[in-house]
Amino acid sequence: MRWAWLDRIVEIERGRRAVAIRNVSWGEDVVHDHFEADPKAGRVATPMMPHTLVVEGMAQCAGVLVGHAHDFREKVILAKISKAVFEEGVVARPGTTIRHTAVIDRMDDQGASCSGTVELLDPHTQDVQPFATIDLMFSHIDQNRQGLSFPEHNFVFTEQFMLLLDNSNLPRPAGF
Amino acid sequence: MSMSYDDVLAKITEVLEDALGVDEDEVTPTATLGPDLGAESIDYLDIVFRLEKAFGIKIDQAEMMPNDVLNDPQYVQDGKITDKGIDELKAKMPHADLSAIEGSRDVEDFEKVFTVDTIVKFVQSKLD
Repeated sequence: MRWAWLDRIVEIERGRRAVAIRNVSWGEDVVHDHFEADPKAGRVATPMMPHTLVVEGMAQCAGVLVGHAHDFREKVILAKISKAVFEEGVVARPGTTIRHTAVIDRMDDQGASCSGTVELLDPHTQDVQPFATIDLMFSHIDQNRQGLSFPEHNFVFTEQFMLLLDNSNLPRPAGF
Repeated sequence: MSMSYDDVLAKITEVLEDALGVDEDEVTPTATLGPDLGAESIDYLDIVFRLEKAFGIKIDQAEMMPNDVLNDPQYVQDGKITDKGIDELKAKMPHADLSAIEGSRDVEDFEKVFTVDTIVKFVQSKLD
């Protein structure tokens, strides 16, 4: 994971379920670049977390869960977005928290399929709002090389990722 | 628990619609998963997982698609499947019609074996 996008992993149950959160901040450029103002169309800006990056957050949450099942020894790569359905009219505005919950439906040596639900939390009112359902497939690429060669070192679960584990008060796996 | 060909086909059609994003009318018994329906490598694993859930069966991917045969030099030489390779595939894939590769013997033609009909017969064999 060369680019950690989550803030904290708050729950993880080996081989079954993980929950991670990502806060949306006004200070992030990305929220202002998505649906910026368009005076010609008479549209004001709508700062929000782009849905594509919500999918990325879900992929990282589920990817951590799949990696954790084998103590992060496998290189876990997102192989397929099977489904990504967002609630109409719901957007992740600055000041809200995105909560990703990933569940492994099936896993074998070659990969895993996961179901994901995404909710929006209002840290002030404690309201929780359904946001999206996102289903993903992951490949253990060392088991699916198909003639391709990859670096021997684990370029998925890097030191940056281990810092995320530290920030989540989760133990690093042996050897890291 | 055995099921009729048509009942299995109907369920598999739903599986392929969800896994590959294809329309119901594209899923005919003669359609190939790769060339006709656009399945890529990870899709086969997705399909295996979905078949297990839909039919309540356990599937080893190598059982449905013995790709290991194609990586074995005694079964494939210079990109062509040997007589021993054909025999091995017949033994491992009794559910499949191998006529698509028996003529050319070309490894590249192997994905033509994976028709919807092949999958239906494979699932039926698992249910019997």
